[in-house]
Amino acid sequence: MTEWLVEPLAFEFFRRALVAAVLAAGLCAVIGVYVVLRGMAYLGGALSHAVLPGVAVAYLAGGSVFLGGLAAGIATSLGVGFVSRHNRIKEDTAIGIVLAGAFALGVAIVSAVRSYSADLTNLLFGNVLAVTPGDLWQIGGVGLVVLLAMLFLHRKWTVLAFDPAYAAASGFPVGALHYALMILLSLSIVAAMQAVGVLLVTSLLIAPPATARLTTRRVSSMMLLSVAWGALAAVAGLYASFYLNIASGAAIVLVSVLLFFVVFLFAPGQGVLAGLIRRSQPTPGRLA
Amino acid sequence: MTPDSSVERPGAPAAPPDAPAVQLTNVTVAYDGNRPALKGASVTIPRGSWVAVLGPNGAGKTTFFKAILGLVSPSEGEVRVFGMEPRKARRRIAYIPQREAVDWRFPLRAIDVVMMGRENHIGWRLRPRASDRQAVEQALRQVGMWEWRHAGLDELSGGQQQRLFIARALAGDAPLCLLDEPFNEVDAGTRDMLLDLFAGLVRAGRTVVVSLHDLDLARRRFPQALFINKEVVAHGPTAEVFTPAVLQRTYMEQVLKWEENGETRSVLDGHSLAPKV
Repeated sequence: MTEWLVEPLAFEFFRRALVAAVLAAGLCAVIGVYVVLRGMAYLGGALSHAVLPGVAVAYLAGGSVFLGGLAAGIATSLGVGFVSRHNRIKEDTAIGIVLAGAFALGVAIVSAVRSYSADLTNLLFGNVLAVTPGDLWQIGGVGLVVLLAMLFLHRKWTVLAFDPAYAAASGFPVGALHYALMILLSLSIVAAMQAVGVLLVTSLLIAPPATARLTTRRVSSMMLLSVAWGALAAVAGLYASFYLNIASGAAIVLVSVLLFFVVFLFAPGQGVLAGLIRRSQPTPGRLA
Repeated sequence: MTPDSSVERPGAPAAPPDAPAVQLTNVTVAYDGNRPALKGASVTIPRGSWVAVLGPNGAGKTTFFKAILGLVSPSEGEVRVFGMEPRKARRRIAYIPQREAVDWRFPLRAIDVVMMGRENHIGWRLRPRASDRQAVEQALRQVGMWEWRHAGLDELSGGQQQRLFIARALAGDAPLCLLDEPFNEVDAGTRDMLLDLFAGLVRAGRTVVVSLHDLDLARRRFPQALFINKEVVAHGPTAEVFTPAVLQRTYMEQVLKWEENGETRSVLDGHSLAPKV
């Protein structure tokens, strides 16, 4: 009965992909909690697109794709902060401009070489089945850094997300905390890019924390649930990719979105369906 | 938790012992070349004062608070908090923002919000210490919210949310409390409870500065009043500064009149508002 679960595990590429996808999804799920709580999903999306030029240059020059992407991510978050400091430009406008420019630059750079479409597809959609042991170490290393930072900073990030005015008034290093989050976000995006590509990595940042948010009233349990949903999406998505013969990144993202809607509709007590049932029941004291 | 221990703490820079809680000297604040939000303001608030900050919307009350907190830099003049630059005095200030400033659906329990008040004490430690948990419990009990400590924020009423914000300030143990319109949309019971709390804080030697809109409440319950309208109109004992001239200069007639039994009445009618001769 469990044969179909075990069968793919015979392949080394599948085992490696499984570890990479779970690590990447878990990583994004942790940092994504703050992306969701601070309402910066759009900035998360912009960052994931904006790493492309850095990755492309590094890829073509034979350098470290990881470092290239990281540099581009940090440059973008600084750029958005700089542009939105101008009086007449709101932050989402700044993000829109920087996102489009950086992404176009990435595509332009990749298109300058011959193997254009194959390379671009790999970058945009990832290829988790081609993960090397070196990639695994990289994702694991980033995971360790993010976990350590989280240990020391999570309380301060929570205050900043809940009540920024209070955080500033209390003398928190608000700017430093924001950019620390941006750097970790860039790190996570670049690490997860291999698994799902730059176009889909946003969904791993948003969908699992959003799913977790539906059923909890605490940041700490939201984080644990978020990791669980992310890991489940990674595993289920990879199996779906194996058996249905569909792209692995797309499969993982589809599962994570599916999980969101299942919980959104059917969660006991909090879900939409439970709400409908509550409303349709006659309230005591009211005649039918 | 004695009032003395709240004034001096390791890690906080030493304050001159006799400096007033707040001192503004000829302070002007202007945002990006616009007309000044606050102009030539000079105010001294001694320690242990209990002050109502009054003025119409846009009169510069928030700017006044921001100047004390060091969140805006004056283009002219000087701000001192306990004799120090505002930025260095932040650990001595408990700022209580308007309740509407945050999203109360945020996934936190009541006790988590109060623990935020200890963050500056916890510093880079991984976990709160026993003394932090003790301060949080005491603060929650003081505002009558201990039974609600495990409740989610969205389960609390507006008045309970306001009490939670005050508990967060109490837990931080700061000698100066700045409250931005704490009485907005709270019921009479909560309002009286807050007033009693403030009175207790002042008795313990803390300085409480509150911005509010309710002139009548300010007149009845606050010993000191500060009227602001872009500049300092008047500051002093409530009974002395609540004069028709001051009210008129502060509000320019706008909120002073209302309809009652088909008659137009004015705050200026009240005999109690007239200056003692």
